[in-house]
Amino acid sequence: MLAYALRRLLISVPILIASTFVVFILSSLAKNPLNALKAKNPPPSPRVLQLEAERLRLDHPLMERYWLWLTGLFRGDFGPSVQSTMNIGDEVVSRFAVTFRLIFLAMLIALILAVVVGVVSAVKQYSGLDYTFTFTGFLFLAMPSFWFAILLKEAGISFNNAVGETVLYTIGDSSVYVTGGLWAEVADTLGHMILPTISLALLSFAAWSRFQRASMLEVLNSDYVRLARAKGLRRGKVMRKHALRTALIPLTTVTALDLGAIISGAIVTEDVFQWRGAGSFLLDAIRGSDVYVIMAWLLVSATFIILFNLIADLLYGVLDPRIRYA
Amino acid sequence: MPDNPKSDIDPSPPQVPETKASGAGETLAGPARTEREFTVAQRSQAQLVLRRFLQHRLAVASLIVLTAIVLLAFVGGALWKYDVGQFTPDESQAPSWEHPFGTDQTGRDMFAQVLRGTQISIGIAVLVALFATIVGTIWGAVAGFYRGWLDTAMMRIADLVLTLPLLAVAAVLGHNVGGTWWLIAVVIAGLYWAYVSRVARGVVLSLREKEFIEASKALGASDARIIFKHLVPNALGSVIVNATILVAIAILLETALSYLGFGVVPPDTSLGLLVSQAKTAVSTRPWLFYFPGLFIILIALTINFIGDGLRDAFDPQQTKVRA
Amino acid sequence: MTPTDPTTATADTVLEVADLTVQFPTDDGLVQAVRGVNYELRRGEVLGIVGESGSGKSVTSLAVMGLLPGSAQLSGSVRFRGNELLESTDKELSRVRGQGISMVFQDPMTSLNPVYTIGDQIAEAIMAHHDIRKDAARRQAVELLDLVHIPHPEQRAKSYPHELSGGMRQRVVIAIAMANRPDIIIADEPTTALDVTVQAQILESLRTAQKETGAAMILITHDLGVIAGQADRVLVMYAGKVVESGSADDVFYRPRMPYTLGLLGSLPRLDVKTDRLTPIAGSPPSVVNMPPGCPFSPRCPLAEEICDTEEPPLEAGSDPDHLGACHFAYRVEGHDPTELFSTAASDATPLPAGTNDGEVR
Repeated sequence: MLAYALRRLLISVPILIASTFVVFILSSLAKNPLNALKAKNPPPSPRVLQLEAERLRLDHPLMERYWLWLTGLFRGDFGPSVQSTMNIGDEVVSRFAVTFRLIFLAMLIALILAVVVGVVSAVKQYSGLDYTFTFTGFLFLAMPSFWFAILLKEAGISFNNAVGETVLYTIGDSSVYVTGGLWAEVADTLGHMILPTISLALLSFAAWSRFQRASMLEVLNSDYVRLARAKGLRRGKVMRKHALRTALIPLTTVTALDLGAIISGAIVTEDVFQWRGAGSFLLDAIRGSDVYVIMAWLLVSATFIILFNLIADLLYGVLDPRIRYA
Repeated sequence: MPDNPKSDIDPSPPQVPETKASGAGETLAGPARTEREFTVAQRSQAQLVLRRFLQHRLAVASLIVLTAIVLLAFVGGALWKYDVGQFTPDESQAPSWEHPFGTDQTGRDMFAQVLRGTQISIGIAVLVALFATIVGTIWGAVAGFYRGWLDTAMMRIADLVLTLPLLAVAAVLGHNVGGTWWLIAVVIAGLYWAYVSRVARGVVLSLREKEFIEASKALGASDARIIFKHLVPNALGSVIVNATILVAIAILLETALSYLGFGVVPPDTSLGLLVSQAKTAVSTRPWLFYFPGLFIILIALTINFIGDGLRDAFDPQQTKVRA
Repeated sequence: MTPTDPTTATADTVLEVADLTVQFPTDDGLVQAVRGVNYELRRGEVLGIVGESGSGKSVTSLAVMGLLPGSAQLSGSVRFRGNELLESTDKELSRVRGQGISMVFQDPMTSLNPVYTIGDQIAEAIMAHHDIRKDAARRQAVELLDLVHIPHPEQRAKSYPHELSGGMRQRVVIAIAMANRPDIIIADEPTTALDVTVQAQILESLRTAQKETGAAMILITHDLGVIAGQADRVLVMYAGKVVESGSADDVFYRPRMPYTLGLLGSLPRLDVKTDRLTPIAGSPPSVVNMPPGCPFSPRCPLAEEICDTEEPPLEAGSDPDHLGACHFAYRVEGHDPTELFSTAASDATPLPAGTNDGEVR
C-alpha cells in the first residue's frame, strides 16, 4: 500500500507541474501588473517603472519566467508579489490556515448530516420525510452559494439584534483584539465560524445526501441484505451491520472529488463574510494581476486536492476488501 | 369430436389468436380476447422515453415553469415598457404595479433588469452546455472507442483540466476576457468539457463491450457505421441528461463569477451581478436582492428536476416487481 | 377438495400453504403474482416447484419467509409447524428465519456481503439464534464449510466472498442455510446462475445439507432436469397457480396437464430417440389484468371454448394424490409431448383432438 501511495504521488508531480504551467501562461496573459503603478498621480519616473518590472521579472521572456518560478520553489521562493512588502510564502500559509479551518469543519458537518438524512430517506423511501428531504436537497442544489451566504448573514444580524449582543459574527474570521485569555479567543473564533460554516456545509450536504440515499437504496435492495434477513437477523442489526457499513464506502470517493467545488464555495463564502482567508488572497491577486500569488494559491490547493484524493483512495482500500493496492 | 377452431396456432407471440365465431367466444371477441398474451403494442424508443418523462409530474411541471421563465425573459423583456438601462424618476421604490420588482437607488426598473439578467444567464448556460457537451462527448467517445495510447493521452489532458480548481481558473480567465457574455461561456465550457468527456468515455467503454457492437464488428461494419448507428443512439440518453444538468451547473458558476466581479460586468447585467449589487441593501431594499436570487433558484431547480425526469425516462431502472 | 384441507394435514406436516395470493401494485395495474396456491410439506421430504420465470414460484417462497417488499399485498395462510406466519410480527419471524426455515438464493455472486469474511457471515447466522461466543461460532462455521466440501475450510473462513468462485460461494450460502439445523431449506434456483459443470456438485451439497439437518427441502427451478432424481413430489406452476401436483414419478411419466407435457417435451432426452425438441409456442400470459379462463389456453393445442371462459380447478383423477388443472386432463394422460406439440419439423403425428400443423421457428 505504501508503494502504491508513493507511485501515485510520483504520477501526481507531472500533472501538478503541467497544471501550474497552464495557469502561469493564462494568468501572465492578463493585464499588465504595472498598470496600477503607471496610473499613479504624479506618474512615477521611467526608472521606477523599470526597476519594478525587473523586480517582477517582466524583463525575462515568459518561458524563462516560469522556469525561474519553478526552480525557485525548491529554495522556498514563491516569487515576487506586486505588493513589494509581501512574502508570498508566509502569507499563503497564514491565509490557507484560516480557510482550511472553515473547509474541514464544513465538510465534517456536511458529511454527518448527509449520512443521517440520506440513510433515513432511503429507509423511509417514498414517505413524507423522504419527499421533504428530497425537495430540500434539490433546493440547496439550486441555491447559489453567495445568495444563501448573504441570507444567512442577514439572519445572523437579525438574531444578534433580537438577542441584544453579538453572538454570531458576520464580518471577518476573528476579532482584531480579544481580551480574556484563551477561552475568549476560542469563543470569538467559533462565533465567527458558525455562519460561514453552516453556509458552506449546507451546499455540499445537498449533493452528498442525495448520493448517500441512492447508495443506501442500492444496498437495501441487494441480495446480501435479503440473505442477512433470511438468516434471522433483526431489521435493525441488518441496517447497521450490513446496509450502512457497506453503503458508506462510496461516499469517501465522492467527498474527495467534491473538494475542488468546496474550495470554490469557500472563496465565495469568505467573500461574503469578509474573511482574510485564501479566498480574498486569490481574488485580490487576480484583480491586481499578481501572477505569483495566483500561482502560490493554485499550488497549495492543487496539492491539497491531489493528497486528499489519494487519502480517499487508500481509505477506500481499507474499507472495501475487494480493492487491493499492489 | 368438434373441429378445433385453433388448429393453426401461430407460434409468434405478438400475434392475436383468431377470435372465434360462435357461442361464448363471441362475448370474448375483441379487446378482451387479445389480452390473453403479452400484447403490449411495440413502441419506439422515443415514444417510450416521452411516455416515461410525462409520468414524472415534477419534471413536467418544471418544464412548464422553465418555459414560462424563458418566454418571459426573451419575449416579455422586449415588450416591457422600461428598458434595462433606463433611469426612471422613481428611485428605490418597493414593488408595485408600475414596477413589479421595484426599482434601485438610481431609479432603474428591476423587472427589466432581472429579465435581462435571466436572458444573459440562460444564454451563457445554454452555450456552455452546448460547447462542453459537443467537445466533451467527441473527446470522450474517441478516447473510449479507440483506446490505447490515444485514450491515455486524451484522458491525461482531461485529468489536467480536472485538477484545476474551477472557480479560481474561471476567475483568472474571466478577468482576462473582460465581461463579454459569450466569451465567459467559452471560458466555463473550456473547463467543463473535461467532466463531460469522462462521462462519455465511460458510456462508450461499457457499450463497446456489448454484444450488439461485437456482432456488428463481426459482420464487418465500418467504424463510422458502428459509431453513428450504435454508439451514438445508445449514448444519447446519458449525453442529454448530462447536458441538462450542465445548464444548471453553468448557471450557478456564471452567477458566482459575476457576483465576484469576474463574469458579466456593467453596463450589461446578469442575475449574479444583480445579487452582487444588492448585497448591501438586503435589509433596506430587499426586493433588489430577493428577485434575482429567486430567479436563479427557480431556473436551476426546474432544470435539475427536468434532468431527473429525463434520467428516469432514459434509464428506467424502475422498480418493476419480478414474479 | 384441496390438498391442504385441515383433515389431510398430519402431524408430519411442517409447512402448510393455503390459498396464498400475492399482489403488487404497479403503474400498469395490480400484478397478480400468486393466485391462490396450496401445498403442504412433510418432514424430510423434497418438494420440487417448477415453472417458467414469472410463474410465481419465487414470490411464493419469499412470501413464506416474510421477505417480500412492503408494497406486496398478501392473503391466505402460511402455517409453519402450526403457527401462522402471515400474522406474525417481524420479531417472531426473525426467530423462524434461519432456524425454522432457511433459504438459498439464486445468485451466489451477490448473496454474500462483500465486506465481511465468509467465516464471519456463517458465524453471524449461528449467533443470531444461539447464545454462544464468537470463537465457538467461528469453529462451527469452519465445520460447516468442511461439510459442504470446501477445501481448506480453516483458511477459507478468513476469505472474502470475492476471493471465491461462484460455486464455492453457493456452498457458503448453503452452509449458512444449514447452520441452525432448520426444519425447511428453500433453495430458489440454486444452480441457475452457475456453470453446468458445478451444478451437480451444488445439488450434491444441498442433498448433504438436507440429510445432515434432516430438513425438508423446497427446490425451486425452471429446469425439470434439476428436479428429476431429487424431488419426492413436484408442483408445476403457471401464471401464479399450481397447475399440476403429484409424486415425481406421476408428474414425469403420467402428466395430466398439457403444460407439464410441454415442459417435458422441451427437455433433451437420451433415452428416447427424437430428432428435435418440442418447444411450447408463445409466452406466458401477462399477470396484469388476467383474463378469465385457463391462462395456458392461448398456447395449448387442446384448448376449446370452455378453456377461454372457465379456469379449470386443480382436481384429482383416479389417483387422489395426483392433481391437474385441465378440463381435458383425461386426454393428456398417456401421451408423448411430440404428439401434442409440434416439433420444428411439420410432420408431427396428428392427435385425436385437433392438431397442430403450425410451424415453429
